[in-house]
Amino acid sequence: MPRVVLTGAGTVNALAHDVPGTLAALAAGQSGIGPLDIRDAGRLTIRIGAQVKGWPGLPGMTAREAALWDPFTRFAIAAADQAVAMSGLAPADLAAAGVILGTAAGGISTWEDNYRAVFAEGKDRVPPLVVPRLMQNAAPAHVSIRHGLRGPSFSVSSACASASHAIGLAFRDIREGRARVILAGGAEAMLVFGGIKAWEGLRVLSPDGCRPFDADRNGMVMGEGAAVFVLEDADHAAARGARALAEIAGFGMTSDAGDIVAPSAEGAAAAMHLALTDAGMQPGDLGYVNAHGTGTLANDRAEAQALRAVLGAGAAAVPVSSTKGAHGHAIGATGALELLACIAALRDGVLVPTTGCRVVAPDMGLDVVTETARHAQPGAALSNSFAFGGTNAVLALRAV
Amino acid sequence: MDTLEARVVDILAAQALLDPASLRASDDLAELGLDSLGLVDAIFAIEEAFGISVPFNANEPDAQDFDISTVGSVVAGVRRLVAARD
Repeated sequence: MPRVVLTGAGTVNALAHDVPGTLAALAAGQSGIGPLDIRDAGRLTIRIGAQVKGWPGLPGMTAREAALWDPFTRFAIAAADQAVAMSGLAPADLAAAGVILGTAAGGISTWEDNYRAVFAEGKDRVPPLVVPRLMQNAAPAHVSIRHGLRGPSFSVSSACASASHAIGLAFRDIREGRARVILAGGAEAMLVFGGIKAWEGLRVLSPDGCRPFDADRNGMVMGEGAAVFVLEDADHAAARGARALAEIAGFGMTSDAGDIVAPSAEGAAAAMHLALTDAGMQPGDLGYVNAHGTGTLANDRAEAQALRAVLGAGAAAVPVSSTKGAHGHAIGATGALELLACIAALRDGVLVPTTGCRVVAPDMGLDVVTETARHAQPGAALSNSFAFGGTNAVLALRAV
Repeated sequence: MDTLEARVVDILAAQALLDPASLRASDDLAELGLDSLGLVDAIFAIEEAFGISVPFNANEPDAQDFDISTVGSVVAGVRRLVAARD
């Protein structure tokens, strides 16, 4: 079976607007969480988020493109542009490639703006491009159009696991020989009044900060942005002299078939087991885990229980971190953002800290990387994503 | 050219990325480079500008009582709708 490597990466998020800046910010334990600067923020109970700020946008964007591209599409395009540039892929390779992107809310700000127009402002018509602007597959569609990708292009939506499902599907397509190059990742731009108001209703958002695995954690903080990767057949990459960032070696996905929102340690552990088996790895091979680590009471407790079950007696010896205190919970993009932390570990030997976590809750039973980055050379890592719906997606990665 | 015609020409020219002064009443909209999205965008802009509703369905571009074939036919159609509105 072909091996699958990452040969390109790109991102826009609250920490930075590119990969080097994001990796540096993650390693330094910086946080992109701050006061929300959005319309009607004063009517929100939760007024913090990890918002993309100071981003100049896409260079050369025309009026037609601005009318067609919701913010989530713009984030995706920017990340894909970076990833393609890093990969150095030739037009012929791109023409045979596909693109699979995760998103939970798609063009939610387009829904919101136009609902405001017709419901609140009493207008009787909306601009003609509302449908192609808000559709969930707008992001992969425009990445396909922009880079001439003529393979499959579609979106995957599984709430907070969307990006990891997208990357996992792309991985399988390449490993099983159906494609040699696929762009995959996720994009989300849910930091609008209605998006946050909806999350407020669940009572899982923190009013003051995201502290994964901390004894004082009190909820998640929403983020936004995109990360897109070039997944490539390793032989294909080697033949053209491309440098690999890391190998994706396995993918596991399961469903809890239980509660629609409450996490299940069993379902999460089963997905981790599947990813390890798929990669031909033993738990003892792992030198790093990027946790889902939302900072909610329920997730972190269930995830820690699942990790202890998977890692067994070695649980206390495997460094774990969550980066959601840094880039926020970017919902359908978050699994892709978090893959960057795995690249930091596997390529750069930097285990990024769990920004926001000071004192690990005593019932975690994990080696949580807190405060500052650690230096190590893990050979393998897991990236966990769990989601409402009881769906679990876990990627297993190897250093190259 | 009266005000109504000038406003319609401005809207069509903006969508076609052309100088309004270069448009003629006999110009064919497709030949001006107005694609299907450009056309629906232009119709939206016309509806907003004149407070009218243009009977146009992209599935049956020739079937309606609104001729979108040339600049002049669009101006005439808008003129009729505005008169009916007033």
